[in-house]
Amino acid sequence: MHKIGIQIEGLRKRYGKGDTAVDALKGVDMQVVPGEVVGLIGPSGSGKSTMLKCLGAVIEPTNGRMILGDEVIYDNGWKIKDLRALRRDQIGFVFQAPYLIPFLNVTDNVALLPMLAGRSNAEARKRAVELLEALDVAHRAGAMPSQLSGGEQQRVSIARALVNRPPVILADEPTAPLDSERALAVIRILNQMARQYETAVIVVTHDEKIIPTFKRIYHIRDGRTEEEAGEGRAFE
Amino acid sequence: MISLAGRDIQHAWGKFVFTGVGLGLLIGVTLTMAGVYRGMVDDAMVLLDNSGADLWVVQKDTLGPYAEPSSLQDDLYRGLLGMPGVARAANVTYLTMQVREGERDVRAMVVGVRPGGIGEPGQPRYLVDGRHITRSHYEAVADVTAGFKMGDHLRIRRNDYTVVGLTRRMVSSGGDPMIFIPLKDAQEAQFLKDNDAIVQQRRRTAANPAFNRPGVPGLLDAVTASQSANPYVNAVLVQIKPGYSPEEVAEPIRRWKRLQVYTRAGMQAILIGKLIATSARQIGMFLVILAIVSAAIVAFIIYTLTLGKIREIAVLKLLGTKNRTISGMIMQQAVALGVIGFVVGKIAATYWAGIFPKYVLLLPGDSARGFVAVVVMCALASVLAIHAALKVDPAEAIGG
Repeated sequence: MHKIGIQIEGLRKRYGKGDTAVDALKGVDMQVVPGEVVGLIGPSGSGKSTMLKCLGAVIEPTNGRMILGDEVIYDNGWKIKDLRALRRDQIGFVFQAPYLIPFLNVTDNVALLPMLAGRSNAEARKRAVELLEALDVAHRAGAMPSQLSGGEQQRVSIARALVNRPPVILADEPTAPLDSERALAVIRILNQMARQYETAVIVVTHDEKIIPTFKRIYHIRDGRTEEEAGEGRAFE
Repeated sequence: MISLAGRDIQHAWGKFVFTGVGLGLLIGVTLTMAGVYRGMVDDAMVLLDNSGADLWVVQKDTLGPYAEPSSLQDDLYRGLLGMPGVARAANVTYLTMQVREGERDVRAMVVGVRPGGIGEPGQPRYLVDGRHITRSHYEAVADVTAGFKMGDHLRIRRNDYTVVGLTRRMVSSGGDPMIFIPLKDAQEAQFLKDNDAIVQQRRRTAANPAFNRPGVPGLLDAVTASQSANPYVNAVLVQIKPGYSPEEVAEPIRRWKRLQVYTRAGMQAILIGKLIATSARQIGMFLVILAIVSAAIVAFIIYTLTLGKIREIAVLKLLGTKNRTISGMIMQQAVALGVIGFVVGKIAATYWAGIFPKYVLLLPGDSARGFVAVVVMCALASVLAIHAALKVDPAEAIGG
């Protein structure tokens, strides 16, 4: 088990140069341990998306340090050469919309990542089916994404995020299109999976319905984070 | 690893097949154009093959008898038969004209041959119905593409001819069906003037003191008689004896008879290189433009299909899919589209080739080359789409 899910120290991101430069992140600190689900909340333009893109190795921070699992992945420069492999194997993504691949069935949507990582089709599908069972969507294993309800699609996307056993999952507004009941169900599943698979989960949201469920919340304002204790209501 | 391209095609097969059919019709037109060109060349080649000649003896300094007018005396063949290496020599006339049958008329090449000269050069090689011409006048053997039937009565100039035989693939270099008639009739059809013109010519001759001299009885009659005769043919076709080369036989004829002699290779060069060269270039240009248009359409289709999957591609890239996998998916789909298009195009071209009024020859070799060209074209056309896909920022999947 990793001691650290994800740890960020003094992360900065500057867009542009000279007079037109904009500092989107001004020294962000954050630590999430395996099995923990934290909320990252803030108003529009506060730097949430920039932070998510930096954590997801989609854009390069200007400076700072990031540790993923037990590995330093960024220290004033990427320490990993193959960022695609990093995203594929070490980071799980859950999006606002599930963004399942429409031409693959449920099992293959989940199994695609381990296949891309070089695992055999049989092994990848076995892993996928295990996760689908854990998320209670195994009965839709052969269905196409368009045949699933919104909640089922989101559970499949959570299975896809978990399938390569990443140390961290980045969830971008995962409950935005759902009603209260389904939104809370998604958060409950994320908590359950985080514990079961010892994964750190960062949920970016401004969904008032789910904010009380976090035990720990990072507020991001003007590119800086402030940590505060949450209510952790639903899971007490 | 699952085939992303295959799954995508399977998922949206209706759209894919429909697009492939559209592309296929375009490919079918391209294949047909190639077939039209091949048909023209084949028409020219069968004209040479079916003539059964080794040498074409024509008027000096002409490219006759197919590409330019040529006129020879009809007794010349006798002298040629005495030349070394000549096995057979036969007079022929060729005249492309409208041949009437009842209310309709057909553009045809009327060929004059010696009646009963079966096996001589210039004669129809084989018949599919009826018999060869045996009488000296008013019988005809027609190619089936002229649309005539046995017993039909044809009108050529002032005379009527009965169809006594039908042949196949006897066409001119322009693809017009051949109609064989007796040589004398063909000479009349080609060289004889109408009655009014003959009467006028006789008056002019009688009024000319050079031909109507007092004290020279019979001169005017002799001149008039010579004007009414038609002792001309367009060419003499020669078959050579075994053991002689065509050039070996042609050279003495050129030298001693002072005539133009073409070997098969020379006549082929005239037909392919001169007679149908402009048409071939025309079709070639059309083919090039069609190929460019097809490539542009394939590129546009693949590009549009790819743009429709930008979000999926962004997600795939964010999830760590290699560029190679994404490029492979797009290229495989492009090639699959090309294969569907080619199959549809080949079937369509094969079906509609028979409807064309002139011969369309679809060669397996051309189809194979077309298939390779389509696959290469589709692969190249996918480059634009691949470029667009690789430019997709994985951050688009995250938004913000």
